[in-house]
Amino acid sequence: MENDIFKPENLVYTKTPVLNDTPMHYCPGCSHGVVHKLVAEVVDEMGIQEDTIGIAPVGCAVFAYRYFEMDFQEAAHGRAPAVATAIKRLYPEKYVFTYQGDGDLAAIGTAETIHACNRGENILIIFINNAIYGMTGGQMAPTTLEGMKTSTCPYGRDTTINGYPLNITDLLVQLKGTRYITRQSVHNAASILKAKKALKKGFQNCMEKKGTSVIEFVSTCNSGWKMSPAKANEWMVENMFKAYPLGDLKDI
Amino acid sequence: MAEEIQLLKGNEALALAAIRSGADGYFGYPITPQSEVMETLMAVEPWKTTGMVVLQAESELSSINMVYGGAAAGKQVMTSSSSPGISLMQEGISYIAACELPCLIVNVQRGGPGLGTIQPSQSDYFQATKGGGHGDYHLIVLAPASVQEMADFTVLAFDLAFKYRNPVMMLADGLIGQMMEKVVLPEQRPRRTMEQIKEQCPWATWGKPSSRKPNIITSLELDSKDMEQNNLRLQKKYKEISDHEVRYEEFETSDAEYLLIAFGACARICQKAVEEARAQGIRLGLIRPVTLWPFPYKAIAEQANKVKGILSVEMNAGQMVEDVRLAVKGNVPVEFFGRLGGIIPTPDEIVTALKEKIIK
Ligand SMILES: Cc1ncc(C[n+]2csc(CCOP(=O)(O)OP(=O)(O)O)c2C)c(N)n1
Ligand SMILES: [Mg+2]
Repeated sequence: MENDIFKPENLVYTKTPVLNDTPMHYCPGCSHGVVHKLVAEVVDEMGIQEDTIGIAPVGCAVFAYRYFEMDFQEAAHGRAPAVATAIKRLYPEKYVFTYQGDGDLAAIGTAETIHACNRGENILIIFINNAIYGMTGGQMAPTTLEGMKTSTCPYGRDTTINGYPLNITDLLVQLKGTRYITRQSVHNAASILKAKKALKKGFQNCMEKKGTSVIEFVSTCNSGWKMSPAKANEWMVENMFKAYPLGDLKDI
Repeated sequence: MAEEIQLLKGNEALALAAIRSGADGYFGYPITPQSEVMETLMAVEPWKTTGMVVLQAESELSSINMVYGGAAAGKQVMTSSSSPGISLMQEGISYIAACELPCLIVNVQRGGPGLGTIQPSQSDYFQATKGGGHGDYHLIVLAPASVQEMADFTVLAFDLAFKYRNPVMMLADGLIGQMMEKVVLPEQRPRRTMEQIKEQCPWATWGKPSSRKPNIITSLELDSKDMEQNNLRLQKKYKEISDHEVRYEEFETSDAEYLLIAFGACARICQKAVEEARAQGIRLGLIRPVTLWPFPYKAIAEQANKVKGILSVEMNAGQMVEDVRLAVKGNVPVEFFGRLGGIIPTPDEIVTALKEKIIK
């Protein structure tokens, strides 16, 4: 019988129970799904499911709370770091993380991001940089690359009109309140393993009272970029990694 | 214990009453004429005694979203500001109302529009009672008329907020916030224990134990059928609040031929105007709405049947008068008298306006 293969010794992978069975709404090829899985696995492995409170953004990850078996709040666009600040101050013994896109974190919520980091809030900020506004249909983001086409810069981002791609993560490194800042990706097996380590460190830091952790995920948005998932990954490696180089930027 | 009488500014009384109400957190951003609220809290350092968190945010956008986060996690939290800052908070207030989160928002009003003046005003009546932010929602709105009420309403506001899972706004003004009066502060209540929070707020995000499903705080519902149900649930709650929480005061109404309607600082001035009018032989009374939402439509309608005319007195261009007219339904003349831009009307002016506009 074909079901005979379902034996414990044949099991190579089990989905973490911190992620539920709700089908995700993300496009095939999108980085959000992979990062969700890693977050859930880390929370599971650290045994902190009961002590973790997540903040979802406004953006493609607005429904993040549908997938995690954890308490979650949905913040207004850009305000997740303020929301997280209050929760962490009122519940210092809890792990509090935000999950935000580039528009959320680096445009409308820039002030909240900078000031939460500057106060050294003991929270983890997970930042999905796909260089575009995925949710609203592919408009220009603060992180959109020079020359990159989006629906609100259909001929490519022109820096004389739109200014320059905002490397907010580099900016956050300057702040004394930040403790751990790293730029990761999830486009292949090796990077996924590294990303998971970074996430674990970010969550652990929440209890050490030494400041804010920020993990940027340089990500793809194959729908918004109008590319196949495979092509989007290639394009990211060639173009995004130049503007947003991977690696640890700060670890103290 | 003997009641200790203190001489305090309204803003100071508010801050001290917040600590005594057992509040868990205050988040704010400085603005005149209410900066003494956070200044008092920072000087008293309640985190060393009750454990209350006090944090100066980077903006009112941030402070109202801190209130959102804290309230959604089941804590007793508040913010205070003045008119321009309250405008900046409106998106967050709408989210808080939509998610049915209990909290206290204090507006010590100043004159607008725009940056306006730092002098007292009541020109945010529409914003407080008719929405302010987007969507169909209501705040419970309390209008204090004395320093004592700044303190008492802090406790009342939190009780109402948790009873109905609804944000409460205290709509004060620069006069009540800045003036000094004798006040007896409320008894110190202990902050709720974690066990009490879990019992009182089983819906809040205090960390999911294995015994329950995740608690999710969100106002997003893309399915119109469900979103309509969410709205109907809110409307049902607003009806219940309207049925049970209308508060108002009457002053010299039993034999009144004419009636003043005024709230907050204006109601204090109108009491004096009533005395002056009566000294001149005019039988004048006053109704003071204490809750601006829900508004005392019924009480005003009942009095309207007994009088010859009504004057609504406000420190704005005529906002509450619309609700008075709704209550009176054209049965007697309703006129408006107000001063603008931070000018406080005098009792004399009010009696003169009554004679010119109503008695004729
Ligand atoms: C105050 C406000 N302004 C605008 C919007 C519309 N909006 C929703 S998502 C979004 C952009 C999200 O982009 P990003 O943060 O990069 O997330 P992504 O969808 O790319 O993951 C915008 C502008 C909103 N919901 N609220
Ligand atoms: Mg994006």
